[in-house]
Amino acid sequence: MKIVVCVKYVPDTATKIRIAPSGKEIDPADVAFVVNPYDEFAVEEALKIKEKRGGEVIVVGAGSEQASVGLRTCLAMGADSAILVQDPSLDKADSFVLGTVLARVCRNLNPDLVLFGKHAIGVDNGQVPAVVADQLDLPQASVVTKLDIQEKSFRAERDIEGAREIVEGSLPAVITAQKGLNTPRYASLKGIMAAKKKQIAIQTVEALGLSAQDLQPRVSIEQMTLPPSRPPGRILKGDVSEVVPQLLKLLHEEAKIL
Amino acid sequence: MTQGILVFIEERDNKIKKPSLEALGAARKLADQLNEPVIALRVGSGEPSVNLAQYGADKIISAPHELLNTYSTEGFCAAVVQIAAKLQPRFILGSASSMGKDLLPRVAAKLRVGLAQDCIEIHLVDGQQLECVRPMFAGKAYARVRLLMAPAIATLRPNVFSLGAPDAGRTAETEIFAPELNPAQIHASVKEIQVSAGQKIELTEANIIVSGGRGMKGPENFPIIQELANALEGAMGASRAAVDAGWIDHQHQVGQTGKTVSPTLYIACGISGAIQHLAGMSSSKYIVAINKDPEAPIFNVADYGIVGDLFSVVPALTQAVKSLKSS
Repeated sequence: MKIVVCVKYVPDTATKIRIAPSGKEIDPADVAFVVNPYDEFAVEEALKIKEKRGGEVIVVGAGSEQASVGLRTCLAMGADSAILVQDPSLDKADSFVLGTVLARVCRNLNPDLVLFGKHAIGVDNGQVPAVVADQLDLPQASVVTKLDIQEKSFRAERDIEGAREIVEGSLPAVITAQKGLNTPRYASLKGIMAAKKKQIAIQTVEALGLSAQDLQPRVSIEQMTLPPSRPPGRILKGDVSEVVPQLLKLLHEEAKIL
Repeated sequence: MTQGILVFIEERDNKIKKPSLEALGAARKLADQLNEPVIALRVGSGEPSVNLAQYGADKIISAPHELLNTYSTEGFCAAVVQIAAKLQPRFILGSASSMGKDLLPRVAAKLRVGLAQDCIEIHLVDGQQLECVRPMFAGKAYARVRLLMAPAIATLRPNVFSLGAPDAGRTAETEIFAPELNPAQIHASVKEIQVSAGQKIELTEANIIVSGGRGMKGPENFPIIQELANALEGAMGASRAAVDAGWIDHQHQVGQTGKTVSPTLYIACGISGAIQHLAGMSSSKYIVAINKDPEAPIFNVADYGIVGDLFSVVPALTQAVKSLKSS
């Protein structure tokens, strides 16, 4: 079974966000980058499927050269090979353009399964997997917490509002991973050493043969701001028998909730 | 000629979901500025559970098809795309629900246009382009994004766009649209929906959330949180620390690797307020923090703080709420 996992290299969740002087992006200074946490679930799931069913796991990234650091981490976890579509313009590309690029790479690989994280931390848009699924004319199951892969079919569970949805479909398919799917492994020392010897195949956007229309932006970021700061709150004083009635009164009279 | 705003109406068990009505109301406001119609699109057959005209629809299209009786991304996408091809709407809106976040990206992909997910504001700019404000980095930053191609597609975060009172004077024309679908174009579909036993109110839809964190000390103490949530008719949340410790299921997690929520009231119990948790809940209208540590960062975002032992404060609060409600 040939499994492709698309991986993005993103600012760590512990990062304090500052806005760059342009006002249209975050300030990259002092930002630590990590493999998108949801993509780690996807990589882990791919490795588990490979262990069970055999085959290979190919991790694919798109962006500037530093994205290869994330791919190297996935190789250390156990992925067999990696491809990076290396082009700094892809760091800021919108979801449609990025999805179109990844779809073309996937098409050339002809996989049985394409895995993603449910969205990339940061952009939080979750459109890229759907673009890949659409352009390859494949079924999709998104935000999956349990996955069962057979030779030619899949069964996925996804959390929806107050319930769990069971999706069944045929392979190849595009599946996106949610927290809860598995516990990603740490790279072993052996894995890290082995990953150093693995090649990351570099591709260019030009070589993918995409049209100008394919690469035309659909969305522009006009401005990025920090969220409005909240007005200063108040600390309620006293022991439990005093603060609880105070709180109820405030919720009732000020917040008009109770 | 693009005209009008198409709103995808989500139904579960033949009931129209409230976030879809919020999207309808948001569409109505833009449509009034454009002087163009709002078209509500529902896939189900039969009478809608809610009078959509009263919430802002000028036209209600039902698109029943036996292949749309259960949800499939491909089937629903094909139906929406066929109607969009016929109507050429200027915008397509839906709610950022599980279904909306699965369906509308696929619709946008098929139409080869952009998408803004989980928007908290939508505006018209330059007369007719759609500009959306959406959180990025799970709410650590807000981006104002413009959708450059028609139709502009956006999903709206539940609980953010106010639901106005229904206008009994409004009426709408209705239309049946028969989508052309065949089984061969649907490669995956929903086979079963299992209703969760525990959480009756979904976190992202809840008006009130009570969350527990590391200060809960163990899984055996989460009933304290659940009881307060029950008394308030709210949902139970948790911090990543509590989820990663295995005390509570991940579906309760609020924060950057969990759910982003915007309830009217968020009560954080024993949660220090790590940046990735704050990202997921700081757009709540009112925040109450209960924590032993007066230096905990959660107090920086709280409207009302109680420095104290949650094990005495929370049960007392539950009792007080219960007696208030019964009086």
